[in-house]
Amino acid sequence: MKSSLNIGRRKALRSLLAIGGATLLWPLTSFAKPTSIIKRAIPSSGETIPLIGLGSWSTFNVGNDTLARDACAEVIGNFFNAGGRLIDSSPMYGSSQEVIGYGLTKLGKTAQVFSADKVWISSGSEGPEQMEASRRYWNVKQFDLMQVHNVLSWEEHLPTLFDMKNSGKIRYVGITTSHGRRHREIEKIMRNHAIDFVQLTYNIRDREVEKRILPLAQDRGIAIIANRPFQQGYLIDWAKRYSLPDWAKEFDCTNWAQFLLKFIVSHPAVTCAIPATSRVDHVLENKGAATGRLPDEAMRRRMIAYVEKL
Amino acid sequence: MSEWWTYRPSDFLLFSPQTYYRLFELYNIDIWPMQVVSLALCTAIITLAVRNPAWQGRAISAILASCWLWVAAAYLLQHYSTINWAARYFAIGFTIEAILLIWYGIIRDRLLFRSVEPACQRAGIGVFLFALVFQPFIAPLVGREWIQAEIFGVAPDPTVTATLGLLLLADNKPHWLLMIIPFIWCTISGVTLWTMKSPDFFITPLAALLVLGLAAWKVFMLPKQYSEK
Repeated sequence: MKSSLNIGRRKALRSLLAIGGATLLWPLTSFAKPTSIIKRAIPSSGETIPLIGLGSWSTFNVGNDTLARDACAEVIGNFFNAGGRLIDSSPMYGSSQEVIGYGLTKLGKTAQVFSADKVWISSGSEGPEQMEASRRYWNVKQFDLMQVHNVLSWEEHLPTLFDMKNSGKIRYVGITTSHGRRHREIEKIMRNHAIDFVQLTYNIRDREVEKRILPLAQDRGIAIIANRPFQQGYLIDWAKRYSLPDWAKEFDCTNWAQFLLKFIVSHPAVTCAIPATSRVDHVLENKGAATGRLPDEAMRRRMIAYVEKL
Repeated sequence: MSEWWTYRPSDFLLFSPQTYYRLFELYNIDIWPMQVVSLALCTAIITLAVRNPAWQGRAISAILASCWLWVAAAYLLQHYSTINWAARYFAIGFTIEAILLIWYGIIRDRLLFRSVEPACQRAGIGVFLFALVFQPFIAPLVGREWIQAEIFGVAPDPTVTATLGLLLLADNKPHWLLMIIPFIWCTISGVTLWTMKSPDFFITPLAALLVLGLAAWKVFMLPKQYSEK
């Protein structure tokens, strides 16, 4: 009886402490609770990835500068803390791959990242060697997604990538283009090959892909990564000269970065947008585009009309 | 490169302006005290140009060739190539220029850095001194750090500009073959800086245009008595 009473007291004491602790911590935990990040499924597998990824064109190409590498690692760290996963790079982007690898290793995130890289070499036989070099730079066990950069020698690289996928060396196969180039060829590849991803330029000003490629991607079950969401910064620099419309609040948008990104990721065919940045505050701004409400079709038309009038 | 007409210079800019100029900062720290050596080389070139000994052409060519080789190896290959894969090809160009200077100026002894024509003499000296004295000051003048200064003999732009000035000074017929690579570099450098929105983007191309204009003037306008000398 005594012992049961003691147990009862201990339990009661623990419960009281737990309630007290929880009460004290409640405001902190409610602040620290990460905002729910919207994810979208990769059609070929059903695996979901956050709507906003991280590009690396020019921003992570800082060479051997340790200070700058640490700053990039901080950006990557904040990207993960904000719920991000997909980072995209290419052998074409100078030291970006090495810098990403430096950041991932420093942060211990090599297993957490959704690694998207590219093969960018004319000779098909040299592709595997380049991809292995890229993997070492990233310091990852394997790439999640390997893409043929700007469809360069795609006839030679795609069979290699499919072999790699079948043998488990990569998980997804993709192709990329940018600036609206070679869309006919992209379309042809999408129709005739079982690729998982297409990366292309799509933003509120570059909308040509809406006509044929995005619908085709939906039909064929191909994921879309949207690059150049800010037209290398020109679009957002231009937009910031004007005031953000009040009605942007209707889809939980508080700045131009979110306005432009929400336009992109609200297209049902788009799986992920990959803004590149070297600034932590921009990472946090961009992250906001993967939270809250997304514009519906009517709102998207309103957004286009507004931007075209500026 | 398919649909080449759709590309803009910014599509080839792989780095940010901060990274580009920070590279000069790290480079200047890494190579110190080579800047002092380059200053000594500048003094040697000026002394040789003024005193004009019989071996002047060979000595100045040797100094210039060593500067081009240094820039190729130390700056382009070891530093610039860490942020721009094309730097490897630029290094080949700089090495070829060094070989041409060695071939024409040292082995064949065909370069004499003294123009008979006074206008070319003055312009050549002017461009050379501009590269030596003014170009290192551009960085602080446009708001960049002192330590990011680009110095003759170790950084590409002033080395190329100074070489063009000296080539304008050399003899009475322009050495076009020796000018091709410097002109190409001036274009590449100007476009790179313009794409980065650097306020000093026009300086190197302008110096190249001045040299090109005066070199053409040498060919077409100078009295025959000069060119026959």
